[in-house]
Amino acid sequence: MKSLEELKAIRERMQGRVGVRSEDENQTRVVVGMATCGIASGARPVLTALSDAVQTRALDNVSVTQTGCIGLCQYEPIIEVFEPGKDKVTYVKMTAEKALEVLDKHVLGGQVVTEYTINSMK
Amino acid sequence: MYRSHVLVCGGTGCTSSGSQQIMDTLQAEIDKAGLKEEVCVVQTGCHGLCALGPIMIVYPEATFYSMVKNEDIAEIVNEHLLKGRIVKRLVYSETVTEEGIKSLNETDFYKKQHRIALRNCGVINPEDIDEYIGTRGYEALGKVLTEMTPDDVINTLLAAGLRGRGGAGFPTGRKWQLAKDLVKEGKKYVCCNADEGDPGAFMDRSVLEGDPHVVLEAMAIAGYAIGADQGYIYVRAEYPIAVDRLQIAINQAREYGLLGKNIFGTDFSFDIELRLGAGAFVCGEETALMTSIEGKRGEPRPRPPFPAEKGLFERPTILNNVETYANVPQIILNGPEWFASMGTEKSKGTKVFALGGKIKNTGLVEVPMGTTLREVVEEIGGGIPNGKKFKAAQTGGPSGGCIPAEHFDIPIDYDNLLAIGSMMGSGGLIVMDEDNCMVDIAKFFLDFTVDESCGKCTPCRIGTKRMYEMLDKITKGQGTLEDLDKLEELCYFIKENSLCGLGQTAPNPVLSTLKYFRDEYVAHVVDKKCPAGVCKDLLSFSIDPDKCKGCTLCSRVCPAGAISGTVKNPHVIDTNKCLKCGACIEKCKFGAISKK
Repeated sequence: MKSLEELKAIRERMQGRVGVRSEDENQTRVVVGMATCGIASGARPVLTALSDAVQTRALDNVSVTQTGCIGLCQYEPIIEVFEPGKDKVTYVKMTAEKALEVLDKHVLGGQVVTEYTINSMK
Repeated sequence: MYRSHVLVCGGTGCTSSGSQQIMDTLQAEIDKAGLKEEVCVVQTGCHGLCALGPIMIVYPEATFYSMVKNEDIAEIVNEHLLKGRIVKRLVYSETVTEEGIKSLNETDFYKKQHRIALRNCGVINPEDIDEYIGTRGYEALGKVLTEMTPDDVINTLLAAGLRGRGGAGFPTGRKWQLAKDLVKEGKKYVCCNADEGDPGAFMDRSVLEGDPHVVLEAMAIAGYAIGADQGYIYVRAEYPIAVDRLQIAINQAREYGLLGKNIFGTDFSFDIELRLGAGAFVCGEETALMTSIEGKRGEPRPRPPFPAEKGLFERPTILNNVETYANVPQIILNGPEWFASMGTEKSKGTKVFALGGKIKNTGLVEVPMGTTLREVVEEIGGGIPNGKKFKAAQTGGPSGGCIPAEHFDIPIDYDNLLAIGSMMGSGGLIVMDEDNCMVDIAKFFLDFTVDESCGKCTPCRIGTKRMYEMLDKITKGQGTLEDLDKLEELCYFIKENSLCGLGQTAPNPVLSTLKYFRDEYVAHVVDKKCPAGVCKDLLSFSIDPDKCKGCTLCSRVCPAGAISGTVKNPHVIDTNKCLKCGACIEKCKFGAISKK
């Protein structure tokens, strides 16, 4: 390594990875239901897609975690978005593509993607 | 990309409670569950809560599993990692609340802590330089080499008010300034004192094990500031994990060109070598340490000349302790004002303490200077187990003194501790309760210094031995009040006349216990009693005939055959045969046996 740029490149590459280990109250939490029902209906690709996206883009204000069964098994895969100081938003019948759309529009853009929320199912 | 990271503590504490095997099982179970691509296992340094090891943290949830056993691993993998259901029964109980699981940072143990030196310990993999760089590692070195002059670096440290964390508290910036200015030309050296020898202290070990690169980075910064191109880390051979990780770190830094010639393409070159100490306590003293690095017998020499003028190989040298170095990159990155905003007027920043002795949360804590002893012991340390009463805290190891309960609310900093007859020392903090005999404690530390005195100067070599003999006499009930006066006189004599810090501070445990617990000494000398029930020669075991049911348990367990009696009749101890081992007391179900 002969320059600060090289150091910076490594840091940026690693930041997403090490950032997974940070704890911050101001983080937006994206929680994926990963109980048997969730996994059976395809929650795993949703979880990995979200997690990969957050890390590749080094979004240190977003954390992607998993949880157990929420009780709405027919609507799985479910993801919940917890923004600090705001109400929880629940998205249902997710796919990897839809989840990334939620990440872009809602988590980063601040615009709830109403067509995927649980309310749209009624 | 991994969606989840499982951090397993690989510090000495958790390693000795089996974390290595747990890592292996964990990896095997993760492979079995098909999560190899999603979950990574990271071996980290110490988290501080050594009492609860082995420790495992799952991110991004930050779930803190404590006292994990090998047979629990499959459950954690299948429930938590696979299905997202936290295994509550294995989670650190302090984090479990009615509303759910709270953050580790909100537990009593971590709430009041502020981690600077331990910033990366338990967070990154110490054997992976990339993870260190990911947490802004080597950025301070880059900044120093490209934007700052050596004087800028020194002035930053002076403004931050960083003082040596190894014991005496000499201002670090001042030390570097002297080494830079006293001799301008020629070879200079940067040394790191990692010869942590105080009984009960393990702060430096944890930094070396958990974040070795921070020491390398800070030493390179020091090299730039004083104009040195060679560094030595003197680390004790009894720290095998630390030695391994340091060597790995040095190799990785060399490979990346962060050590070696023309770092970051500048004219600055710097390299570091390890030197292993063979376990002599005196080699923690700076001149003895340097003599030992030179390949000679580790004995101190008179100062002046100070190392800043004539140190290693007769050249200007700076020697700082591991924890001191661990603060440096953060000060460079965040600025001196940030650092100086923490702590007290004359002691800035934070200090790491190794909690040990009669305390619930044995382990490592880092608190801002000025935190009171009570906060450290009762709130962070979780108090004293078994409902016993706090009697004293011993700081500074064999060089420090005992702080009695009356000073429990004193804010801890360099000057306050000195004023009450103890010292900061490297940060060992041993808590004692009412079952500890203070004379016995003083004797314990003197026994240590007698062993570790290098023998070069007479006051220390013979003086500590004579002190030990007097203490021994007192604990055997053969002391006189005159002995106490002689003992005190001898203490001052040794302090004033010894060659190095070892001898100059060796009487501190005696002086401070004499000062605060003189009544205990007097009880040993006049009443021939040990109030805490520790000194065997002053104890006499007896059975209360009213309480004894004649169950015969005691006579069966007595190794000396000193207890006689028949079934259902009160037993009697033959004090001539009694070894005072206490086995009978442990066995007695009726509390009939007492020692006085």
